[in-house]
Amino acid sequence: MQDVENIVNGQKLFLQPEYQEVLKRKKEFEGNAGSVDPKKLEEISEWTKSWEYREKNLAREAITINPAKACQPLGAIMAALGFEKTMPYVHGSHGCVAYFRGYFTRHFKEPTPCVSDSMSESAAVFGGLANMKDGLRNCNAMYKPEHIAVSTTCMAEVIGDDLNAFVIGAKEDAEGELDNTPITYAHTPSFVGSHITGYDNMMKAMLEQLNPSKEEKVLDEERINIIPGFEPYLGSLGEIKEISKMFSDKIIMIGDHEEQWNTGAGEYKLYAGGTSMEEAKTAINAKATISLQKYSTIQTAKTIKNKWKQGYETCNPIGLAGTDAFVMKLSELTGKEVPAELAKQRAQLVDAMQDSYPYMHGKKFALYGDPDFLLGLVSFIVEMGGIPSHVLCHNAPKKGWEDDMQAIISKSPWAEECQIWVGKDLWHLRSLLFTEPVDFLIGNVYGKELYRDTGTPLIRIGFPIFDRHHLHRYSISGYKGALNLLTWITNAILDQLDEDTKEIGKTDYFFDCVR
Amino acid sequence: MVSGTLQELQNKAIEEVLEKYPEKARKNRAKHLGVDSPEGVKGACDTTKSNKQTVPGVMSERGCAYAGSKGVVWGPVKDMVHISHGPVGCGQYSRAGRRNYYVGHTGIDTFVTMNFTTDFSEKDIVFGGDKKLKKALEEIDVLFPLNNGISIQSECPIGLIGDDIQAVAKVHKKESSKPTVAVSCEGFRGVSQSLGHHIANDVIRDEIMPDTSARKDFETTPYDVAIIGDYNIGGDAWGSRLILEEIGLRVIAQWSGDASYKELAIAPKAKLNLLHCYRSMNYISRHMEQEFGIPWMEFNFFGPSKTTEFIRKIAEFFGPEIQEKAEKVIAKYTAMTDAVIAKYKPKLEGKKVMLYVGGLRPRHVIGAYEDLGMQIIGTGYEFAHGDDYKRTKEDISGSTLIYDDVNELELETFVKRLKPDMVGSGIKEKYVFQKMGLPFRQMHSWDYSGPYHGYDAFAVFAKDMDLALNSPVWSHTKAPWEKEEKGA
Repeated sequence: MQDVENIVNGQKLFLQPEYQEVLKRKKEFEGNAGSVDPKKLEEISEWTKSWEYREKNLAREAITINPAKACQPLGAIMAALGFEKTMPYVHGSHGCVAYFRGYFTRHFKEPTPCVSDSMSESAAVFGGLANMKDGLRNCNAMYKPEHIAVSTTCMAEVIGDDLNAFVIGAKEDAEGELDNTPITYAHTPSFVGSHITGYDNMMKAMLEQLNPSKEEKVLDEERINIIPGFEPYLGSLGEIKEISKMFSDKIIMIGDHEEQWNTGAGEYKLYAGGTSMEEAKTAINAKATISLQKYSTIQTAKTIKNKWKQGYETCNPIGLAGTDAFVMKLSELTGKEVPAELAKQRAQLVDAMQDSYPYMHGKKFALYGDPDFLLGLVSFIVEMGGIPSHVLCHNAPKKGWEDDMQAIISKSPWAEECQIWVGKDLWHLRSLLFTEPVDFLIGNVYGKELYRDTGTPLIRIGFPIFDRHHLHRYSISGYKGALNLLTWITNAILDQLDEDTKEIGKTDYFFDCVR
Repeated sequence: MVSGTLQELQNKAIEEVLEKYPEKARKNRAKHLGVDSPEGVKGACDTTKSNKQTVPGVMSERGCAYAGSKGVVWGPVKDMVHISHGPVGCGQYSRAGRRNYYVGHTGIDTFVTMNFTTDFSEKDIVFGGDKKLKKALEEIDVLFPLNNGISIQSECPIGLIGDDIQAVAKVHKKESSKPTVAVSCEGFRGVSQSLGHHIANDVIRDEIMPDTSARKDFETTPYDVAIIGDYNIGGDAWGSRLILEEIGLRVIAQWSGDASYKELAIAPKAKLNLLHCYRSMNYISRHMEQEFGIPWMEFNFFGPSKTTEFIRKIAEFFGPEIQEKAEKVIAKYTAMTDAVIAKYKPKLEGKKVMLYVGGLRPRHVIGAYEDLGMQIIGTGYEFAHGDDYKRTKEDISGSTLIYDDVNELELETFVKRLKPDMVGSGIKEKYVFQKMGLPFRQMHSWDYSGPYHGYDAFAVFAKDMDLALNSPVWSHTKAPWEKEEKGA
């Protein structure tokens, strides 16, 4: 029973003898192996750690288990929220939107605005036009957006709703209410690609539909656009803007969702920050656009290069070399020398890397996450002398990514030992960690179960992270971001070293106060 | 400043909310909002429209039929593998977020926090996914030989592309001799999670209830009960279980939090079904009553007053022997809960709360708050039906704002006008109100705490409410140089 002086929640309550008895008695009625045949459980548990199991596991063709990716509209919402007073509008079932909002909110610990037009059976039969006509008007009246960005769920895609015609139809029927609200739209079928595909499709659609045609563009030689991509680290957005500002005031982030998920206490704001509509509508005028996530902007790149005939560059400012390349690209495009401040930051980073290298050197890492994130992170691991033993990318695009990753890995003296796993999931990774173990695992919250099962310590870097707070506020980009990565990874290694050497009288000769 | 009677304020807030809508939506929403009080002859609880289509274009907090089936009813069944059949997203967003606690070796003999999906590609949409599904079922049996069955949870596309998942399940069931059930809970069906509950219940009725293998040789006692509609959020059902066992009953099945397939199958051996979440499992309770003659009783184990009331009702069903034990259990725990009340009531008394949750909590938790001297001034449901609102009337005790399928802007406005001291709702709403400086507790997940069912759990509840309301963090919002209060 509870001690009123020391009330405990479930964590400790269920350890009390009367609850342990409850759980024991419950087993009498249970049918799972742990209750009816613990020996069998043990046997199968051991078997799942074997090479034989790994081969069966890797041979899977139809079932995906513990994926490391989400679906398109999620990315479309992030893209939309990068623009000022923009309401993401999902044409489809509202259950999806509840999921998207919950998912982002658990990661950022912030509200996530997004509406849906609640399509249901009747829409499945007759199409979703009626929902869109009502939905756009209601959304506009209630949330007073300056821009509505429409994406779709798989339901709307399967029944083949024509967004272009629907938006036109809805505007015509709205008695003028929608005349002053630009409405952009993108098809974002969940059964194609992943959340980064949705980011790409929505970004492309917004840029194309908000901007005039190439013939009307007015070239601004000084303007440079930067598209951050599906970036869960808000601090990275801030860092990129800081670096950009050191070169020019005319470097503009297109799709800047930093403030939307970082508003202060005191008042709830539906919309916060974002690329202004004016800047969004003139993106075409820039001299060049830099994408910081090549594989999250494959389609957007086509618009910029082919339709806009604008310079298009990709950089990946995660880690030292990636940041160097980004900084040099800005220098090249603006015609300005690299500022002393950045040279200083770089030197400080390299100094820190040289202070800490013994701990990462020769350590084996397994990493998983989005394609561009991994290119940056693996690059940094290699720069530090770590070994990226398993690099797993569930949503790697078919073309190019693996070669890019191989090129980075080949810089490591241990390149031969490293394996790239394209299109594999986290249950595959479980087999890999059992059969070819590593020292540390780097990834999102779902790595937690791999940590529990295999004992491989998890360093949480990625998306989503639900069970640790505020990491998303930091940068992983730029020299300062690399310093954060260095700090997190080195200290995780040191924490583990303490953990491994803390046994008194046995291992604690190595439990040093100075490392 | 709050002026006028509470009821006037509530009515004014509704007017203000309705003004925000275009005409068509306003007419619709007006039917879902109202005020009621226990003494009212006919109030919002009697008249509120519910279980209707959500107005398009708003930030509804509702989920879908898939969420109701996979997320609520089926997902917690621990020794079955539940396939999110269709594109990758649904299974990912609903993975391991609901805190359905269970004991088991995840990945070997239990699978609740994992995400199994057929991860549809365009090819599967065009050519159909039945073959892939068949292969997926076979692969699961190879890699997870200790699974005690597989459920196929349909996502939106399945019902639209004409796949025959029932046929695939039937073949696999025959081949594997394991339960294989197909649930057509496509997200577009119905207006909320609610239809998903119903569909999921129907599949249990059709596929599991006829399976007599586990109950053939099951030895019963006169005191066998089943807990129905407790999803063991944060361990809730274990708290209820302890009490029921202490009063001399034997809990033979727990649906569906921490349930194994066997517990689903032996439930028809119970003498009484104890129904916690009426909304999501009344269907199967009625079925068991008709088919097996098992009576069912709704119960509420939130807060000591309700817990005691319902222990007595349950004991009465079983007669004097159990009643005697029940009184001893009540006496034993009441001393502790009285001490909890003595400790926390002075810090919480008079605080006003607004709730917006799902199936049963908008009414069930009212008593627990009242035990602490707190007052519920507004409550509503995401997916209730008329019978839920009728039941709510029995639980409210003052003028209460009633809102059905309330959306973000409505709730925000209601809160700004009624100025509760605390809001209890879900993750999507949490930070909206915290930004406004309001203490908030997630009342779906118990905000990563719990359990909240039973006497011991009431101590956790009281402590959590105190923690939320009396934390020093809420006093920092205004900067020392600011003259005016920000926000609300």
